[in-house]
Amino acid sequence: MSVIDTDVSPAHPGAAVPRYVNDFAIVAATVNGSGSQTANNVLIRAIFKMGIPVSGKNLFPSNIQGLPTWYTMRISKDGYTARREGTEVLVAFNPRTADEDLAALPEGGLCLYPNDMKFAKPRSDVHLYPLPVKELVKQSGVDVKLRDYIANMVYVGALAELLSIDMQQIHAALERHFRGKRRAIDLNYNVVVAAAEWTRANAPRQDAFGVMPMDRTNGQILIDGNTAAALGALCGGVSVVAWYPITPATSLADALTEYAPVLRADAETGTTTYAIVQAEDELAAAGIIVGAGWAGARAMTSTSGPGLSLMNEFVGLAYFAEVPAVIWDVMRMGPSTGLPTRVSQGDLTNAYFMGHGDTHHVCLLPGTMAECFEFGRIAFDLAERLQTPVLVLSDLDLGMNNWMTEPFAYPEAPLDRGKVLTAEQLDQIKGWGRYRDVDGDGVAYRTLPGNPHPRSAYLSRGTGHNEYAVYSERSSDWQQNLDRLTRKHHTARSLVPQPIIELVEGATIGLVGFGSTDGAIREARDVLAAQGVATSYMRVRALPLGEAVRAFLAEHSHVYVVEMNQDGQLHQLIQLHLPEHAGDVRSVRICDGMPLTARFVADGVLAQERA
Amino acid sequence: MTTDTKAGGKSATNRVGLTQQEYRAGDTTLCQGCGHNSVTSQIIAAAYELSLAPHQVIKMSGIGCSSKTPAYFLGRSHGFNTLHGRMPSVTTGAVLANRHMLAIGVSGDGDTGSIGLGQFKHMVRRNVPMVYIVENNGVYGLTKGQHSATADVGQHLKYAGTNVLPPIDICIEALVADCGFVARTFAGDARQVRELLKAAMNFEGTAVIDIISPCVTFNNHDESTKSYTYGKEHEERLQELLFIPSFDEVQVEYDEGDEQFVRLHDGPMIKLKKLERDYDPTNKWHALEQLAAARERHEFLTGLFFIDESRKTLPQVMNLTDTALSALPEERLRPTREAFARAMADFE
Repeated sequence: MSVIDTDVSPAHPGAAVPRYVNDFAIVAATVNGSGSQTANNVLIRAIFKMGIPVSGKNLFPSNIQGLPTWYTMRISKDGYTARREGTEVLVAFNPRTADEDLAALPEGGLCLYPNDMKFAKPRSDVHLYPLPVKELVKQSGVDVKLRDYIANMVYVGALAELLSIDMQQIHAALERHFRGKRRAIDLNYNVVVAAAEWTRANAPRQDAFGVMPMDRTNGQILIDGNTAAALGALCGGVSVVAWYPITPATSLADALTEYAPVLRADAETGTTTYAIVQAEDELAAAGIIVGAGWAGARAMTSTSGPGLSLMNEFVGLAYFAEVPAVIWDVMRMGPSTGLPTRVSQGDLTNAYFMGHGDTHHVCLLPGTMAECFEFGRIAFDLAERLQTPVLVLSDLDLGMNNWMTEPFAYPEAPLDRGKVLTAEQLDQIKGWGRYRDVDGDGVAYRTLPGNPHPRSAYLSRGTGHNEYAVYSERSSDWQQNLDRLTRKHHTARSLVPQPIIELVEGATIGLVGFGSTDGAIREARDVLAAQGVATSYMRVRALPLGEAVRAFLAEHSHVYVVEMNQDGQLHQLIQLHLPEHAGDVRSVRICDGMPLTARFVADGVLAQERA
Repeated sequence: MTTDTKAGGKSATNRVGLTQQEYRAGDTTLCQGCGHNSVTSQIIAAAYELSLAPHQVIKMSGIGCSSKTPAYFLGRSHGFNTLHGRMPSVTTGAVLANRHMLAIGVSGDGDTGSIGLGQFKHMVRRNVPMVYIVENNGVYGLTKGQHSATADVGQHLKYAGTNVLPPIDICIEALVADCGFVARTFAGDARQVRELLKAAMNFEGTAVIDIISPCVTFNNHDESTKSYTYGKEHEERLQELLFIPSFDEVQVEYDEGDEQFVRLHDGPMIKLKKLERDYDPTNKWHALEQLAAARERHEFLTGLFFIDESRKTLPQVMNLTDTALSALPEERLRPTREAFARAMADFE
């Protein structure tokens, strides 16, 4: 934590400047299903709209109602978005976890809690704020059934007063949340105001933590990765979606369902240019998109680990029959059902090698909201260009939490529909074969059902076939076909998004990461630099790995591959890809279900550097 | 017949100028005498007689002997030999991508009754427009003779022994999942197979035809209820079927007494001539009763059990645009700048 910067000033003239401005974290400990998400979203949004960088992470249970939930909001004038150990402001609204939550609060922290709640071990080294939640809610005159929901607005109001959060922005956030529904907005806002007034009149002042307006979020938007992915897909021409509910991928399909009518309705005819099917399971979801991709539509599904495993057989088929399809895997903690509401990057090697052996797939690895949007679109271009399933590996942290980002630009690049022959083109070609590699890139030309040319038809299959798609058990046909598929995979290396590389002069070591760990790695590099350890950084954005990875390794004495899985899967893949550098690749990994912190990364690197 | 007769030594052609030969494909690799080969022949004949444009047809299958057959018919149509039991989902995707395709799916009793039963039921539930043929022989052929889920109690196989579990009835499963076209026939009854295929190819919605199709290698002994001998001796037709294409309607002779006509959505008709039983195929409860009773009494009833074209098909339910999704131009696949700006404003 640091003292104030010059670019901030108190929201209210004359107010005291707290010691920690725009650099602390809040945790709201509540009961899931109690409506606290509304309160948390309102807080995040209000702070964001004050121009202050803020990120929210929801640590929620796999449950509908009644289990503990923690929502952390990190306010960082420096723009750090990663989770960080320790939060200074605690909203202890869940009696079942209150003692544990209070114990975790650092000395000098703030604790807001309902005044009818008793702590087993109260603390004297923190600021305690017992709030008259029941009274304030009762006074609001809200219907008894809604009391529990609206109770969360009490901590919104108290925090607004204690931390100087702009009440106008809170009102605006409520307006947005309730989409202009007057009664709901007024009801909630009145409780916020009452709580703020009560706090002002009754609670002791504190001068440790506060927010002050900045201008670091101007023009930015707040969005979650699943919504960004859906918007990208709709811009990328998706027309068939099949999915099966699974946390944390469901909200991606929900966003497609919400935005498809906005973005892709055909106003003239009142019909749709897309079909969204909730399948009976992930097997069927995969089958539907493979059928649609085969017939020429842009098709996708969204799933997570257990669902992905059910799609294994179809991914193997699509790889071998060479059918384009896009699969978003929003990774959660496995193995098995695992921790459905916790983040992980554990599907990497499984996704890369999915199938029945001797398969390797194009996997895109978005690490930002901009990439969730962009890859949502270009995954289709790659799938059709390469005639193969493309997996996009997002994760729960990217997919379900809100992130600040520049607004997405309207995509200007045309769709790449790949090598598809029309009847006219077929007329010009003698001896067309569905699996003939005429261009030397491993990608053959396909035709679509409906092509009227008498020579356009072929029978797709998962069984052995020759260049003309005819069943074959000849060894030479089989070997040639697999060799061509390997060639195609090499072609993919240069087509997929290349790593983002930041070379630092004088740095002898590099950090390597992918996906949602970007924020923690960036912050860790600042921490390391402050301790005299300069690091370059390479964020891998796709598999297969290419030449850029080799070059990065060659330029550094050794690198640390940072990831959130048990086995160090990217570490393994890099060693596999570059056996000559295998000894130069070290691993910093964790698999605890929590978003990565900068401290873990920095400590992990330092421990090995100083060993 | 609707086709030209042979003239001057040239092969006859149909209304789209194709010979029956042009509806064939590769030579069969199934056993000589396999019931599936008869079905293949009738698919070829039906497609030829209906003058189907081959490029408007897709051939779909799962895995098994039956699922190999799309390689043997309609060589000028695209096809997809998919995964075991998963043809329904792939076909669902394909017809959503291109709603103008006539999908002809060929499955078997293992592919449909065991591994694929879930997808089969959901396909019917969604009313995916397709012809769904089950070539049903009560036995797994490619894996050398295991009982399938449609085997009758007491079915005896050389290696697998005697089946002790009751059979799954494909027609009953289809009916209770709200299928609008449910038929059973026998590979040895070529004419009925062909007429049912033609009707199914003109039906709007999922049309299920359960075809008892003997496996000559593993399950054709006289006692087997899936054998040629048993079929020939026991088949009882519910009705005499005739499919009348709309272009042939002038030839219809109405005989009100013991004939029933069912008109399909765009004109063609099915003529059902009453035989021994008084049967109305538009009554679902009647159909279920007949099927259940037939199963109970070990009767081999064939014919059109149920027809009702009133349900919307999946592309209709989805309110899909008339242009095939696979043929949409880029400007219809991408939002307008205005719509995009409106969506982005949500996040400001």
